[in-house]
Amino acid sequence: MLINLRLLPYALLAFAPWQQVAALAVNDAAPNCALSTINSKQALHLSDYRGKVVYVDFWASWCGPCAKSFPFLNELHQQLHARGVEIIGVNLDETPADADAFLAKYPANFTIVTDNNQQCAQDFAVQAMPSSYIIDQKGQIHHVHLGFKAGEAAELQALVEKLLTTTKP
Amino acid sequence: MPKLRCYFLLPMLIAMSLVLSGCSSVAPWQRGTLAKPQMAASRSELAATMRSHNYGSREAASSSGSSGGGGCGCY
Repeated sequence: MLINLRLLPYALLAFAPWQQVAALAVNDAAPNCALSTINSKQALHLSDYRGKVVYVDFWASWCGPCAKSFPFLNELHQQLHARGVEIIGVNLDETPADADAFLAKYPANFTIVTDNNQQCAQDFAVQAMPSSYIIDQKGQIHHVHLGFKAGEAAELQALVEKLLTTTKP
Repeated sequence: MPKLRCYFLLPMLIAMSLVLSGCSSVAPWQRGTLAKPQMAASRSELAATMRSHNYGSREAASSSGSSGGGGCGCY
């Protein structure tokens, strides 16, 4: 017999990674997540920001690099919000009190939302914490960034600024 | 000889299916509990690194072990 059937279970194990949901990549349409703002529990959808450059950042209080990214996101918001850039920090803490304590320590001046039932993280198939998705005016993912290091801030800002000038709504 | 292998293979497959079914993948955004300090392999990452460094020098060969921190898995 050409194939030894007893080896079949082992062969199937080799395909186990295929069961994982494929991560969203550049040029994919961004999922229309249902989110709610962390303070006022006001419902919002990602599609509400169509026509704007949207910077979606998934974060949690237990994530060290997320804390490092907050000063950068604050600065990005301050510089580019008037030019049509919306920064949305999607909190993925299981206990809301943890997120509140984090925000007291690292205040954010951009929009902070909670992910209802962590559905948005599942839809995006977030691969790392933090994960940032730069979405263009048409709702297409323009750039995916995993993690955050202080040296990457300038590069990310340049990407957002380039998107503002190249794609018109 | 093939008979012997069959006796070995079947219990192993059963044991593997029992043990591996206990494994589950934790999504990157669900690692809040794993990231707690009490979940870390060592209380002080720096001390553990120094200890393994010392140990390696006394053994006259560098150890292959590494000392990690918690289970946040952040990038």
